[in-house]
Amino acid sequence: MTVFYFVAFLSIFFALMTIFTKNPVHSVLYLVITFFTFTVHYILLNAQFLAVVNFIVYMGAIMVLFLFVLMLLNLNKDTEPMKSNLVKFMGVIAGCCLLVTFFGVYRVFDISNPLTVVNPEIGLVKNLGKVLFNEFLLPFELSSLLLLTAMIGAILLAKKEPKQI
Amino acid sequence: MEWSFVIEKLILVSIVFVITLVIAMYSTLAERKIAGFMQDRYGPDRAGIFGILQPLCDGGKFFFKEEIIPAGAHKVLFILGPTIAIITACISSAVIPWGQELQIGDRTISLQVAQGINVGVLYMFGVIALGVYGIMLGGWASNNKFSLMGAIRAASQSISYEIAMGLSLIALLMVTRTLTLEEIVAQQSGFVNWNIWAQPLGFIIFMVCAFAECNRVPFDLPECETELVGGYHTEYSSMKLGLYMFSEYINMFVSSALMASLYFGGYNFPFMNDLGWSANMITIVGVIVFFVKILLFIFFFMWVRWTLPRFRYDQLMNLGWKMLIPLAIANIVLTGIFTLIKDTYFS
Repeated sequence: MTVFYFVAFLSIFFALMTIFTKNPVHSVLYLVITFFTFTVHYILLNAQFLAVVNFIVYMGAIMVLFLFVLMLLNLNKDTEPMKSNLVKFMGVIAGCCLLVTFFGVYRVFDISNPLTVVNPEIGLVKNLGKVLFNEFLLPFELSSLLLLTAMIGAILLAKKEPKQI
Repeated sequence: MEWSFVIEKLILVSIVFVITLVIAMYSTLAERKIAGFMQDRYGPDRAGIFGILQPLCDGGKFFFKEEIIPAGAHKVLFILGPTIAIITACISSAVIPWGQELQIGDRTISLQVAQGINVGVLYMFGVIALGVYGIMLGGWASNNKFSLMGAIRAASQSISYEIAMGLSLIALLMVTRTLTLEEIVAQQSGFVNWNIWAQPLGFIIFMVCAFAECNRVPFDLPECETELVGGYHTEYSSMKLGLYMFSEYINMFVSSALMASLYFGGYNFPFMNDLGWSANMITIVGVIVFFVKILLFIFFFMWVRWTLPRFRYDQLMNLGWKMLIPLAIANIVLTGIFTLIKDTYFS
């Protein structure tokens, strides 16, 4: 339990650092560390597969892409665009939504009756695969279809228009 | 957890660590010797017999060089870059099974550091994916255009080739039906069971991607000295440069070990169970055979380096995205069809 509290503290600390640092590259690096603490959380829950996939996909691929784009753009303080009032307004609304959600969760959440894991081995690859391809086959296939659509959409957007002569 | 278990693992970790470092050290000498052989000259032969002390001299020189951190560099990240590179290179060998179990007295010692990891192959993959941070951070923190170009090239190259590598691994996993490395190796006992016979195309794709992930010629665009001065380590000097180069050689060693254990049977050798040897004898010979396989792969890496010229960057991207990924997907489909036919009609 102490390990959990320590890692949870680290997650929140680095998440806050992500928001409060001025330099975008530092911010991304703090986010990488935050994701790493999530991986530790998954390992503590004995969800090995989820841990390793989180490690590969979020830390290894997505954050490298983030860093890649930031380095390519070479954002500095003087080139940073001014934040308009609209953006600030949207930020406030999003924050309020998060607060409402937290409040709702707090209302619903019953702390005297904690969830118990029926099968502690559920996070291992074999069991996860069986559950995913038997009980949750339709949602799984639908989400993969969604990802495929997003991928094709991204390729179409990135494709150059044919040159007009 | 008993103390003897902890001590046993500590000894094993130290041995693996020392072997990794020694092999990486002597790879530098072997590379120059092989280059000399291929270009019809001697290579380094002044320090010791056949230049056998050359790596020690090089290491000593690295330590005594002046250490320069450029004025415009980001100091913390500049130091963090080579640190991450060497750490990720060293921790990746944890899941490789170096041999079968060893019987000493009534204790059974497993020759694998992290035993029974359910997701061994994926762990390996994750650590490789992490390795690019070292190059990216180092390149960016140098505050130098050439370093930045090298870092960006490294990042895009590694992301592109990771996809093809993962896809070729999926076909392999469809054959082996497990993600645990020791089980994958144990399945390949003898000679005909080696995965290379089941997955020749997958192996070729995996090997090309391993070359790209290690930033080896013909894929060493991140440190392409004709275009980028020195690539991502232009601003580095002293042992920090040494760590970058060292991590490259360790990566080469680990990926050779991975290829040998995934496709070429790891510690298995032909007729290993027909010779009537004791279990310990088989284990010891198996470890030696495994290292011979690894060294052959390392030699292959060097052979390619001094044979092929470097790709152009667009050729690199075309090869990754338009050749290897479709090939790997076709390989997955074919493997699926064969597995299905085999299971329905021949089981």
